[in-house]
Amino acid sequence: MPFELSVEKLIGILEKEKLSLGEYTLRSEMEESEKSREEVLSEMAQVLATMREAASQGRERPVKSVSGLTGGDAYRYQQAIDSQRTIMGQVMSDSVSMALSCSEVNASMGRIVACPTAGSCGIVPGALLAAAKKFHKSDGEILMALFTASGVGIIIGSKATLSGAEGGCQAECGSATAMAAAAICEMLGGTPSQAFDAAAVALKNVMGLVCDPVAGLVEIPCIKRNASGAVNAILCADLALAGVPSYIPFEDTVEAMYKVGQSMCGALKETAQGGLAVTPAGIRLRNRVLGVKPQTK
Amino acid sequence: MKKYGVFDIMGPTMIGPSSSHTAGAARLGKMARYLCGGSVASVRFLLHGSFGQTYRGHGTDKALLAGMMGINSDDYRLRDAFSIADAQGLQYSFEPADLGDVHPNTVRFEIVTKDGRQISVTGSSIGGGSVVITQIDDISVYFTGENPILITKHKDAPGIVSRIADLLYRAVINIGNMRVNRADGAKTATMYIELDKPLDKQLIDEIRKIPGIDEVLVLDVGMEGVNHAL
Repeated sequence: MPFELSVEKLIGILEKEKLSLGEYTLRSEMEESEKSREEVLSEMAQVLATMREAASQGRERPVKSVSGLTGGDAYRYQQAIDSQRTIMGQVMSDSVSMALSCSEVNASMGRIVACPTAGSCGIVPGALLAAAKKFHKSDGEILMALFTASGVGIIIGSKATLSGAEGGCQAECGSATAMAAAAICEMLGGTPSQAFDAAAVALKNVMGLVCDPVAGLVEIPCIKRNASGAVNAILCADLALAGVPSYIPFEDTVEAMYKVGQSMCGALKETAQGGLAVTPAGIRLRNRVLGVKPQTK
Repeated sequence: MKKYGVFDIMGPTMIGPSSSHTAGAARLGKMARYLCGGSVASVRFLLHGSFGQTYRGHGTDKALLAGMMGINSDDYRLRDAFSIADAQGLQYSFEPADLGDVHPNTVRFEIVTKDGRQISVTGSSIGGGSVVITQIDDISVYFTGENPILITKHKDAPGIVSRIADLLYRAVINIGNMRVNRADGAKTATMYIELDKPLDKQLIDEIRKIPGIDEVLVLDVGMEGVNHAL
C-alpha cells in the first residue's frame, strides 16, 4: 500500500520523482480503487461542491441546531465581516465564517462532508476556500489540495487515530487542521517537506486538546473549535511557506498525539463526562436538551 | 494498521450532525428495511446507551426512520422523516432501553410487516458511519453490509448448502464468510453468506428454485443501495 512507509521515505520519493503529495495521493487512490483519474477527480469535485454549499448556507441566513443549543454564529460573524468590524483580515475572517457555517449546517442536519469527521467538518473547507479565494486558485488546484489533505488524513488515520472517542479533539479537529495546513501549503507552491512541516505544527498547536462535548452533541465547543482550527491551519501554512521549519517532524508529532490520546482518561474522550461538559453551565445546558428538571434543594 | 481510501477521509458526504449517531443510524435503518423485505407497517425502535440518551439532539430518530423508508444518509429528506412516515401511514415509536451487554450505540428494531410478520433486528453503529447487524430475531449474526450478503431460510437437510455454494462457484463469486444457524429442534436453518461481489437476479432465482429453500434475501447496501431481491 502506497502509504505504508515512513513519512521521511515518502518525502524522499516525492522529491526525487518531483511529485506533490496531492498527486501521489490521487495516483494511489486510482491504483487502490481501480478507477480512472477522471472518475476519482469527478468524485472529489462532488465533495468540493458539497463543501462550498455547506460553507455558504450558514452565512446567508442564521442556521439553528436541532437541539436548539446553538446557531446563527456564522451569520453574526459574516455581518461583522461585511461591515468591516473584524480585527482579523479578509482571509482569516473568511476562513472563520466558512468554518462556522459548515459546523452549524452539520448541527442543523444539513449536508456536509465529514473531513475527516463530521465534528471537524468546517476546518478544511473554511481554511482552504479562504486561502484559495485570496490567490484566485482554480477548481483544479483546489481539488489537488483536497488530495493533499486526504494524504495527510490517511497517514494520521493509519499511524494514529482520527476519532475523538479514541484520541480526543486533537485527533479530530487537530487532524483536520493538519490536513488543511498541508493542503494550503502545497496549493501555494510549498514543497512536500514544507507541507508536512505545516501539518506537524498544526497538530503541535492543539496537542492534548480533549473532546468534551456538552450533552454529547457536536455543538459546544465543537463549532468554535472548527473556527479556531481554520485559523490555526492558515497560520501554519503561512509559517511553513515562510521557511519556518518544524523542529519535531510530522511523523513524531503524529505518534506523540496518539500517545497523548491514549493517556487521556475516558471522561475526556467524547463521553461528555469531563471538561466543559461537566461545568455548571455545561450541565445546565445538557439538562435543558435532555428535558431533565433541575433538582431543588 | 487500518486502511483508508481518499474518500474515507474526504467523506462520507452526509446529513449531520454525527457520523455514528446520524449517518450510521440511517444505514442501520436501511439494513433493517432490507432484512424484513421492505414493506413495513410499524416499527418500534429500542435505543440503547448513547443512542437512548442523545437521539433527539443527534437526529438519530429521524435517521433510523428515514433508513427504514429507504432514504440514504446524504439525502435531505432524512430531516423530514417524521412527516414522510406519517404520509405513508408508517407507525413508529422510540424508546430508550437497556439491551444488555452491547455497544453503546445500539438499536433494536421491532418490525411488523404489512403482511403481518414480526421481525426483530439489532444493530450497532460502531464509528465513522460503519455499522454492524448483530441479531435477527433470536439468532446472533455479524455483518457490516460493506459486502453483499445472501440470506436463506431452508429445510434443515443435507445437500442444500452445497447446492448454493455450487451455484456461487459457477458464477465465480467468492464466499468471504458464512454461517449456518439452526434453532434447537427446528426444521428450518438460516444461512448467512458474505460475498465478494453482488448477485444478479438470474442467480438469485436459481437459488430460489433449489428444493427445500423457503426464503432468499439479498442485502446489498453498497453505494447504490440496491436490493436485488426486492
